Amino acid sequence: MLACSRRLGFAGYEKSAIRVRSAGGVERGFTVVVCRACLDPPCARVCPEDALIPRPGGGIILRPERCNGCGHCVEACDIGAIWMDEETGKPIVCVYCGYCAQFCPHKVITLQEVEAV
Amino acid sequence: MSDWVKTLSRVLYVDLARKRYWVEDREDLFGKWLGGIGVASQLYKEEVPRAADPLGPENTIIFAVGPLTGVFPMASKTIAVFKSPLNGYFAESHAGGRSASAIRFAGYGAIVIRGVSERPICLVIEPDRVRFRDASALWGVRSAETVGRILREITPGAGVRSILRIGGAGEKLVRYAMVMVETFRHFGRMGLGAVFGSKKLKAIVIAPGKVYRFPDMKRYRDIYQKIYDLAKGPKTKKYHDLGTAENVLVLDAIGALPTKNFSSGRFDGAGEISGEALVENVLARRVACSACPVACIHLAAIREEYEDEKFMYKTEFISYDYEPIYALGTNLGVKDRFGLLKLFKAVEDWGLDAISTGVILAWATEALERGLITKSETLVDLRWGNWRSYVAAIENIVRQPNEFYKVLAMGVEEAAKRYGGEDFAMSFNKVEPAGYLTGPLFFISLAIGFRHSHLDSGAYSLDQRIFSSGEELPSPREAVQKIIEEEAWRQVLTSLVLCLFARGVYDENLTSEALGSLGYSYSSADLRKLGREIYFEKQRLKWEEGFRASNLRIPKRITETPTPLGKISKEYFEEALKEFDNIVKKHNHVK
Repeated sequence: MLACSRRLGFAGYEKSAIRVRSAGGVERGFTVVVCRACLDPPCARVCPEDALIPRPGGGIILRPERCNGCGHCVEACDIGAIWMDEETGKPIVCVYCGYCAQFCPHKVITLQEVEAV
Repeated sequence: MSDWVKTLSRVLYVDLARKRYWVEDREDLFGKWLGGIGVASQLYKEEVPRAADPLGPENTIIFAVGPLTGVFPMASKTIAVFKSPLNGYFAESHAGGRSASAIRFAGYGAIVIRGVSERPICLVIEPDRVRFRDASALWGVRSAETVGRILREITPGAGVRSILRIGGAGEKLVRYAMVMVETFRHFGRMGLGAVFGSKKLKAIVIAPGKVYRFPDMKRYRDIYQKIYDLAKGPKTKKYHDLGTAENVLVLDAIGALPTKNFSSGRFDGAGEISGEALVENVLARRVACSACPVACIHLAAIREEYEDEKFMYKTEFISYDYEPIYALGTNLGVKDRFGLLKLFKAVEDWGLDAISTGVILAWATEALERGLITKSETLVDLRWGNWRSYVAAIENIVRQPNEFYKVLAMGVEEAAKRYGGEDFAMSFNKVEPAGYLTGPLFFISLAIGFRHSHLDSGAYSLDQRIFSSGEELPSPREAVQKIIEEEAWRQVLTSLVLCLFARGVYDENLTSEALGSLGYSYSSADLRKLGREIYFEKQRLKWEEGFRASNLRIPKRITETPTPLGKISKEYFEEALKEFDNIVKKHNHVK
């Protein structure tokens, strides 16, 4: 979470494309919420402005200049991996750079290479 | 001055009596004193009258974080400063969890909480607003853990917020009540929980939501990487593998493991409750505070069959560390692992400081043994190792069913004053000690310290070094100087604010570089100088409140039980305290 913000030059949580929360108290462990790069991403399908473009190999690419900030993508994502950036009014989406994986001490998050199909 | 300091300089003031809050820009403080303990002690100086009653409306709770909070590895701690209800002096306590990053990213460098609410209250601190939630429905919910569970359901910020709250002990003003943070982290020592209780402050929820831009991205990321790699390496191994519980066997081997009210430095059940035995048998999960790759928090599973129904089971979790193992284990003669975990769970639920509770019960056990008190006072059969009766006694400390337990709730100093047994009432400056029977420097450090944590100055390690090198004891004056020197440097770390487990990672140069990447310019020498200044600012506050080390009671027990450095000489101890007073007096005078 902090690594993702750091990548963008920010301290804090709000710009992060990853969220970590406890599964009901720390004794139950944690859930990491991050885009799983769907092959047929529902967020892209509901985007009225084609601002979210399906990416070869899975996931999406955000074209911020086209986004109108409607937030449909947030609702379409069942795993809850898209958030609105309150500052820009546009969604925060994972760019699959793998920077976070370098700072995950226990390899909960890893970067996997896939072929662009 | 760096722009970074501007983002940190916002201080949130909350008045519980009038239900008002406001923000002040205190760059004057954050510019000069960095943050954390440096700034918190200045705020205390402004806020708390020297003669204030620790449980009255004049006492003020101050939380502070620092420039490295939430942006560097292991910068995970929040500093709390308040007047301690145990001894009536300026006191300090640290806790991690998510508290520090939550405060920082809610937009504050410090939070100042004044006054007393007329009814139970829960503060919900969000970016740009504070809500005063009625907490009448939570008051009397005895378990601090349950209170957290309820608040998780009704407040914002899942995953990043911090929840601070008290249990039954804080409500009942037990002088050594703690404040629980998230789950299993605590502002444990010095009685912050009782101060919360006196203000009718049941809980504080802090939900972050701000971001700050780094002034020099490249420089920051480079130094971050360097520190991250170090923090993952051998310098923190002790904390992530066995955890601090590693100390049980280490201290037992040299005869420094406080046992049965400090009557011995060796425990015949050490092997059963050692770090090794706990990992092998009960360790169920390890977790970390925010921004920390070490994950020192060791959680044990307590698997338990219902008392009234066979084959009906539940599993609960509890954190463990060296200090509670000493306080509720070796010092009470408890070697039953299950019983030990149940004792941890009892202090956790009721919201008591594990160390003080254990030391007080050890005194009560010995007092009962010697006939100073009888079972009509203790109500339960306090006997070494009898953990069930200790669990019952812990409940009694909170519920206070008779005069005896009302007195126990005030600490061991008060209990011994009332019932006798001062020779074996273990306290230094009226606070029950952490668990290192290593030699004189450790206890001197506790007597003159602020947190009564072994980490104040790490003097147990000075003792151990003298022991392993076979050197002579330093003169009392040199001993005090060594303690002050180490503690002064730690003021820098706790102003940034780093966890003191990071002290091996952040040396002077790295600390200076880390600050440099955020636009601060401090040389190593500047930092050292600042550390000394902060240290003596704090000592001056205590001095003005009337603290004189040479007036302290030294429990006779500590001069009778051999340590690895032999028996501690009373004269040596007294001489050191006198020297300490001279040093502080001179320093106050010069300034």
